[in-house]
Amino acid sequence: MWKWLHPYANPEVTYHFVGRLLPWFNRLTLVFLLIGMVWALGFAPADYQQGDSFRIFYLHVPAASLSMGIYAAMAIAALSSLVWQLKLADASAAAMAPVGAVFTAIALVTGAAWGKPMWGTWWIWDARLTSELILLFLYLGIIALHNAFEDKNLAGKAASILTLVGSINIPIIKYSVEWWNTLHQGSTVSKMGKPSMTLDMLWPFMFSFIGFALLVTVLICIRFRTEILARNSMRPWVKNIVLSEAK
Amino acid sequence: MQFDSFSAFLDMGGYGFYVWLSYGVTTLLLAILYFASKARDNKVKQQIISRQKREEKLRQAAKQHKESQPENGSNEVLS
Repeated sequence: MWKWLHPYANPEVTYHFVGRLLPWFNRLTLVFLLIGMVWALGFAPADYQQGDSFRIFYLHVPAASLSMGIYAAMAIAALSSLVWQLKLADASAAAMAPVGAVFTAIALVTGAAWGKPMWGTWWIWDARLTSELILLFLYLGIIALHNAFEDKNLAGKAASILTLVGSINIPIIKYSVEWWNTLHQGSTVSKMGKPSMTLDMLWPFMFSFIGFALLVTVLICIRFRTEILARNSMRPWVKNIVLSEAK
Repeated sequence: MQFDSFSAFLDMGGYGFYVWLSYGVTTLLLAILYFASKARDNKVKQQIISRQKREEKLRQAAKQHKESQPENGSNEVLS
């Protein structure tokens, strides 16, 4: 049943497969992000309470939820690397960490820039904000571990363990607004299937969310291919690819 | 369009600074990540190429060294 999956454990097959997908993801990213951003900035209605500061929502929510999504994907990769010792899983986890860190940073910065006019403060040590900050530190620690060892297998093992231990933080971030009394508001988009938003705000949100998700895919694919080359640099097929590209 | 003029668009109903700060920082961080990823890809490929060239040079040198020796000469010296 899972036999079709086997060739993708081969780095050469995966390198070419990702390379064929990348141009399509590039185009889709451009289309969705362009529509989403123009719609969010110029055409979506202003919020009746928050006015035009609500336009930060179209950056903040996708970035924050992708920062957790990337971590979940990285945790799955870390688990498969530890259990089945898939070298490609290590490479993909190493590719995901910097992308996740940047999206966490974006979520924190846009959150601060939204908090200042709405709450009157850039930062407050409430549960949601603090746990998201811990997520950033986890990402930075994982990146540091991936780069701390000359032996990439050892580095992958250390980073995988930290990733799995740190995954406890993901449900904490997600449910922090329900478990504790936070200044941060509860979920707007997914209130058990029925979003509490009007459609003229939901549509631009969907476009920007899908656009950012595609951008994450593009960035991870680029870094993943680099990781594959770096980790297989002694193989003849890697030399052939690099030399033929250089010509 | 929600705004009557370009200056109203920039002003964002008084929240211009915060909205453009968010969009600016997001664009900047994503651009840095994108170009850094591309640069790292180039660097890794350059390293592979330069190592390949070094190996090629060593192989050439070894070959020339062998050719400059007389027939069976090196064996005799060793024994």
